[in-house]
Amino acid sequence: MTEHAPLPGVPAPTDWRGATHQRRMAKRYAAERRFRWLGLAAVLLSAGFLVMLLVSMLAGGLNGFVQTQIALPIDFPAARFAIDPAKLRGPAADLALAAADLTGATDAAAIVAYGPGGETLISDGAWTQVRDQLKADPSLLDKRVRLWVPAADRIDIAAKRDGAPADEAIVAKLTAAHALTTRFNASFLTGSDSTDPTMVGIWGALKGSLFTMLVTLLLAFPVGLFSALYLEEYAPRNRWTDLIEVSINNLAAVPSIIFGLLGLAVFLNTFHLPRSAAIVGGLTLALMTMPVIVIASRNAIKAVPPSIREAAFGIGASPVQVVFHHVLPLAMPGILTGTIIGMARALGETAPLLMIGMRAFITAPPGGLRDPATVLPVQIFLWSDQVNRGFVEKTSAAILVLLVFLLAMNGIAIYLRNRFESRW
Amino acid sequence: MNAETSITRHKISARHVNVFYGDNQAIRDVSIDFDRDVVTALIGPSGCGKSTFLRTLNRMNDTIPTARVEGEIDLDGEDIYAPEMDVVQLRARVGMVFQKPNPFPKSIFENVAYGPRIHGLAANHNQLGEIVERSLKRAGLWDEVKDRLSDSGTALSGGQQQRLCIARAIAVDPEVILMDEPCSALDPIATAKIEELIHELKGRYAIVIVTHNMQQAARVSQRTAFFHLGALVESGTTSDIFTNPRQERTKDYITGRYG
Amino acid sequence: MSILILFFLIAGLGLIAWLTARMRATRFRRASKARFSSLPSHHGGFVALATVLPAAIFLIVWAACAPGLVTNRVLTDPAAAHLPAPGFERAAILSEARELARGNGFGTPTPLAATLAPAYAAAQTRADWIGDSVALLLATAFGLWAFTRVRPAFQARTQIERLVMALLLTAALVAILTTMGIVVSLLFESARFFGMVPIGDFLFGTHWSPQAIDPHDPGASLGAVPLFWGTFFIGAVIAMIVAIPLGLMSAIYLTQYARPRVRRWVKPIIEVLAGVPTVVYGYFAALTVAPIVRDVAVAIGVRWASSESALAAGLVMGIMIIPFVSSMADDSLTAVPPAMRDGSLAMGATQSETIRRVLLPAALPGVVGGVLLAVSRAIGETMIVVMAASGVATLTLNPLAPATTVTKQIVDLLTGEAEFDSPKTLAAFALGLTLFVITFLLNMVALTVVKRYREAYD
Repeated sequence: MTEHAPLPGVPAPTDWRGATHQRRMAKRYAAERRFRWLGLAAVLLSAGFLVMLLVSMLAGGLNGFVQTQIALPIDFPAARFAIDPAKLRGPAADLALAAADLTGATDAAAIVAYGPGGETLISDGAWTQVRDQLKADPSLLDKRVRLWVPAADRIDIAAKRDGAPADEAIVAKLTAAHALTTRFNASFLTGSDSTDPTMVGIWGALKGSLFTMLVTLLLAFPVGLFSALYLEEYAPRNRWTDLIEVSINNLAAVPSIIFGLLGLAVFLNTFHLPRSAAIVGGLTLALMTMPVIVIASRNAIKAVPPSIREAAFGIGASPVQVVFHHVLPLAMPGILTGTIIGMARALGETAPLLMIGMRAFITAPPGGLRDPATVLPVQIFLWSDQVNRGFVEKTSAAILVLLVFLLAMNGIAIYLRNRFESRW
Repeated sequence: MNAETSITRHKISARHVNVFYGDNQAIRDVSIDFDRDVVTALIGPSGCGKSTFLRTLNRMNDTIPTARVEGEIDLDGEDIYAPEMDVVQLRARVGMVFQKPNPFPKSIFENVAYGPRIHGLAANHNQLGEIVERSLKRAGLWDEVKDRLSDSGTALSGGQQQRLCIARAIAVDPEVILMDEPCSALDPIATAKIEELIHELKGRYAIVIVTHNMQQAARVSQRTAFFHLGALVESGTTSDIFTNPRQERTKDYITGRYG
Repeated sequence: MSILILFFLIAGLGLIAWLTARMRATRFRRASKARFSSLPSHHGGFVALATVLPAAIFLIVWAACAPGLVTNRVLTDPAAAHLPAPGFERAAILSEARELARGNGFGTPTPLAATLAPAYAAAQTRADWIGDSVALLLATAFGLWAFTRVRPAFQARTQIERLVMALLLTAALVAILTTMGIVVSLLFESARFFGMVPIGDFLFGTHWSPQAIDPHDPGASLGAVPLFWGTFFIGAVIAMIVAIPLGLMSAIYLTQYARPRVRRWVKPIIEVLAGVPTVVYGYFAALTVAPIVRDVAVAIGVRWASSESALAAGLVMGIMIIPFVSSMADDSLTAVPPAMRDGSLAMGATQSETIRRVLLPAALPGVVGGVLLAVSRAIGETMIVVMAASGVATLTLNPLAPATTVTKQIVDLLTGEAEFDSPKTLAAFALGLTLFVITFLLNMVALTVVKRYREAYD
């Protein structure tokens, strides 16, 4: 670079190759690298949290689907069961079996097989398995059989290598004698809540969730959709519609527990609807989900180009016909996507349902919308509070079931969104 | 044309029409007639109100909240802005073809069948099919699409889409067809086809076409009206307007001094 | 008559109405060449709606009023004179009688309930008959009236469309009703609360122990300041310390540095964090994070760290909030026109300098709005704190000490058999009102910030 004599008052031209600038550039590039790594670290950390969460749930929950069972030899004739086989096929079978003290007989068989204290090895609900097998095949009453029954809670934990040393010794002995096995725990998916962790199932909570979601959908979807149609297509621009808009946008951001308080004050105390019923839960969640559906629907409706409406008007369609024949079908995929996402959110909600009393101990699935019920997230919450260690894996297993449902719903929503991406 | 014998009534008569968007006045005191079997072209520089005026003829301005129309516009002698006038039926009697083709995202058949369906013009599916075939034939599109009526209307080329929109407008059996720069989004070959179509259609309908292309106006129309800054400057037979305009502004526009 | 039979009867009447009206309309349509405003199916629809709707509305109203009327009638029965004064016991006996009358009894019923059961059954049957016959009467009457209106000049389509518009408007009003419902019910119950506890004690008192309320001075143990502090500390401080850097830097990396393919996969993964139910986060916090926090604390010498620390709950809450911050920041950064970025790079700035000095300041309103909305969400969060934080109300700056929040206290206060009118239960509503007001204000500020300071890019 040629050197000119510096002109008075004009600063010297920058020497880009000089040492000062080289140092400066190095510092700047170093800062650039650090910044970039920070960004990457943030992304990895955030994604990593999710992975950690899922792994921890999987690790804990998979065992919840596995049930330890003990072989129980029962000699029915020798037990002198005072029961009429014909009765076993009829509706009074349960009563007859209770009268014949099936529970005692089962415990006695356990003592015979495994010595004193043997009845503590099998689960408290083991007799229900014997009962079910007897009802299925009353001819067993004439035989000596070897039935598989659920093991007691502490044996179950020990079999999963997490129990007290004494129990683990027992497990080792039983396994050596081929008297212990682990099977897929079907009763987890068909049973309801119980005090014994080996007997719990999520069907009661699942059915409650289903009923509640049904009520929520039937209420929130039409109201949300119609509100969105009104606001986007027909509402005049005045103060009242602005008020409605502000209300809806605000409602979408209100904490969910407030809706629970509303449900408590209005549905339970003023309308005296049955406490803890699916219909009340559904009503409360519908109020919470409706604004979400409105906002998603409005965006979908806004995306329909005005030229379609103009064409329909030009043909002589009335305003109602334009909206229902043309705009609505085109906006439907977006509306459905938003609805599914809103319902997925409602499925995972716990706090508002706690407020309306869905935290009771429900041992049977609800028969109708007015029966006391619970939902899956609340069931998870209740189990997480249990002291018994056997509940830990069941809670994680229930969480896995919930996550599977949510994954399915979100997956469908994303599929819908991608498939029906607007092209007009 | 002011003094008129009442024996032959005009299809559409507009008298002292003013249109406002909020406080802005877009159309000033326009009076003009449109007749059956005649193609009338509305010409003028862009922004002079041709499209706005066209839209008053089928009350499309009703869809704009701030628009206000004053004056009288009669269709077969009835004021179309009277409260008794059913705007839905009006728009079936006065059809419109838009600047950018806007077929519904439905099948070709459904696009054309939609109008007759909602207005109950066909008693059964067979009649509906006949109406669709007739309209597509009149629009000059039948031969190209008769084997693929269930294809989507949006899959056609630009020129075909515009002809589909014309078929759609024809299907409700209108008396007047309004066209708002129907060829401005099309290539020259498609444009030629549409102009040919307009020539065939004029035998059945009164046609009003807005165009900023003067040569097109000269080709297709029998009467021409020149708009400038929202006012009707001059109207008359096409040959008069283009060869012997009476107003200075008209002459300036025709000769290309502005616009 | 069972609900199902009634439903089918009315639906059947509606169907007959539709068919006959449509036939009539078709007949006069064929007779004339004129254009009609409505199709025969519109006429059919009009008459069908007239048949079904008034009856349906009546049935809904009846379903709400009938139980009260039935109870009133039972109370006139001589046996009812033996009932205790209005209260929990009386309600229990009455509902037992109601269940017995329905055939749902179990165990041995109270004698009083047993005597009232027949009265209940009789009153219920009577109410059912009244309801059914009025509904059917309404259906036929309105249906016949509507049928007589079916004439060529009748604008059936317009009538139906007017009904549709009314329906849409009603749906939109539900939104206002809900907001009003929330505000009114919260205000009402809170007003009752503030009748028992001076508002100053509640808002500024620092002692919170609802288990030990002195009936003569309930305000002394219902001071909510520790709750406000706990909510702020966990939700606005700890959670934000986690969420803001992670969320913002993730958004910056994904919008500025990441390849499009990476962005396409990673962005949804981070969004999934927002979809995980909060009860799962709470469980995760209680089961995994809290013990780790406590073990780490003990390992570095802090012996008395709680296993229900504010830090554990705040950490997990922060993780949950990351996608909220990240998504708003992402949108704001993408909305900055590429021309700005290009201008800065063209001057020789590095990418990080461009981000720090040009893009972030331009995107700032959106980012701030996103942070405010995230804070609002964190403050209103319930399950994580219920499961991971404690119920002990303290005023502490130490993140390893236990702390409680407004939302957890709302849940705790409403658990149990407390009477609905006690200061303890009503305090929950007062807390709810405070929470509602604060989140409302936060949301308003967030929206205003975004709207007012966002540059209008053309």
